[in-house]
Amino acid sequence: MELKTPLYQKHLEAGGKMVPFAGYLLPVQYGTGVIAEHMAVRTSAGLFDVSHMGEITLAGPDALANINYLVTNDCTDMVDGQVRYSPMCYENGGVVDDLMVYRCRQDRYLLVVNASNRHKDARWIEEHLTGEVEFKDISDTIAQIALQGPKSYDILKKLCNEGDIPAKYYYFKQDVSVHIPGGVAGDGPIAVFSSDGTAAAPKPDVITCVVSKTGYTGEDGYELYCANEDAPVLWQALLEAGEEYGLIPCGLGARDTLRLEAAMPLYGHEMDENITPVETGLGYFVKLNKDDFIGKDALVAKGEPAQKRVGLKMTGRGIAREECPVWLEDRQIGITTSGTHCPYLNHAVAMAMVEVPYSAVGTEVEVEVRGRKIAAEIVKLPFYKKGQPQEK
Amino acid sequence: MNIPTSLKYSKSHEWVELLSDGTAKIGLTDHAQDALGDLVFVNLPEEGDSVEAGEPFGDVESVKAVSDVYSPVSGTVCGVNEAVMDAPETINSDPYGAWLITVENLSQEDDLMTAAQYEDFLQSEE
Repeated sequence: MELKTPLYQKHLEAGGKMVPFAGYLLPVQYGTGVIAEHMAVRTSAGLFDVSHMGEITLAGPDALANINYLVTNDCTDMVDGQVRYSPMCYENGGVVDDLMVYRCRQDRYLLVVNASNRHKDARWIEEHLTGEVEFKDISDTIAQIALQGPKSYDILKKLCNEGDIPAKYYYFKQDVSVHIPGGVAGDGPIAVFSSDGTAAAPKPDVITCVVSKTGYTGEDGYELYCANEDAPVLWQALLEAGEEYGLIPCGLGARDTLRLEAAMPLYGHEMDENITPVETGLGYFVKLNKDDFIGKDALVAKGEPAQKRVGLKMTGRGIAREECPVWLEDRQIGITTSGTHCPYLNHAVAMAMVEVPYSAVGTEVEVEVRGRKIAAEIVKLPFYKKGQPQEK
Repeated sequence: MNIPTSLKYSKSHEWVELLSDGTAKIGLTDHAQDALGDLVFVNLPEEGDSVEAGEPFGDVESVKAVSDVYSPVSGTVCGVNEAVMDAPETINSDPYGAWLITVENLSQEDDLMTAAQYEDFLQSEE
């Protein structure tokens, strides 16, 4: 039995095609379709319901020490208001999840984790806590909306004070007042009666959010965290503010094609309990010279990885998705982890784990898709960089 | 849902037009294109290939997934719509105009439904 996010009704009203995902019912697309939704994010802006993501807080004098022991990145030099990406590993160096660490205060952190791993992560984190630290899984009370695309600042500026919008990528602001046009201040009417005789609570004139300049699309954008009960009003206000810029709601389908085009890894594909973050190409986020953390010994012992993540551009006819073998002549050199047709680039791409000796950019390979071998070429990652023009 | 009465329909959401020269024209229904989403690739057989009722003869790919296309009839492929291979999105915009293949030497028909039966079938599937 799937759960609904606070925005479920909004998705139905907007014509969303609901599908089960990570235990929730979410729109894979709306009537606009995946391609139009993807292109909206690249050229103007798109709005995503990401309330299914997990949120965990750690607070107390030992919060930072615990986090630094749990994750591979070094969080000791973060400042208040900063966000840091990190994998979190098992003792053997495989990945539990990749997550974002938000430093609210020196002794107070918010961890944002993948929806599909939320319960696993919560148990893992709680089991490994030591010292004076308070753990709370607040996922069920927090909604999250992502506003992504070149116009997202212009849209958000209509509803927020400029000083409340984080200026730098991977920074966030707390207690941001998002002004809701047509909203009513706290001590106004208890209910508003409409002409059809129904009564509704008036919408508030301000919603308080955490706003971070982060995203999973490769474009400028923001992720807004609010209380569940505020989500529908916030969603509506953003859609209305963004209408003049072409903002449309976007589903999971576009979320996947956008992150793939930007070559962003996805847990369960480019990394999992059997793939180390170094193999995934995330070595930058693994600080082997910091104090001990879970998986450090194993990662040090493994040394240089034998396989690595590469990008593939499909040059023959066809789309490779995940788990397609990659061939170099008559030798299988790897397997794809994700793949799709990229609406903006207008060709198919895939990411694959490939044996290091055969992983050079420019290598011409074949990808086996449903029994057929399709020509592909190893290319540099990312496939798409923000602002890159379309070729045609 | 658009369901032209002049056509016949299969349970796997293909339409068939039985032409006066004894050949059959085959495509995907409006329901199929709606369920598949934006199509970006079409893989079709070649002229001369044989097709069998109830068996896949090709596939269509949307951004999200690939789907086999099943032949409602048995016979030999006598025409392939090259235009649709270059512009798969026309299957979305014009599912009854964007035919996929034509088949001759028809020997067997799968259980084909009339438009009214297909409409009932779609309702029962929901």
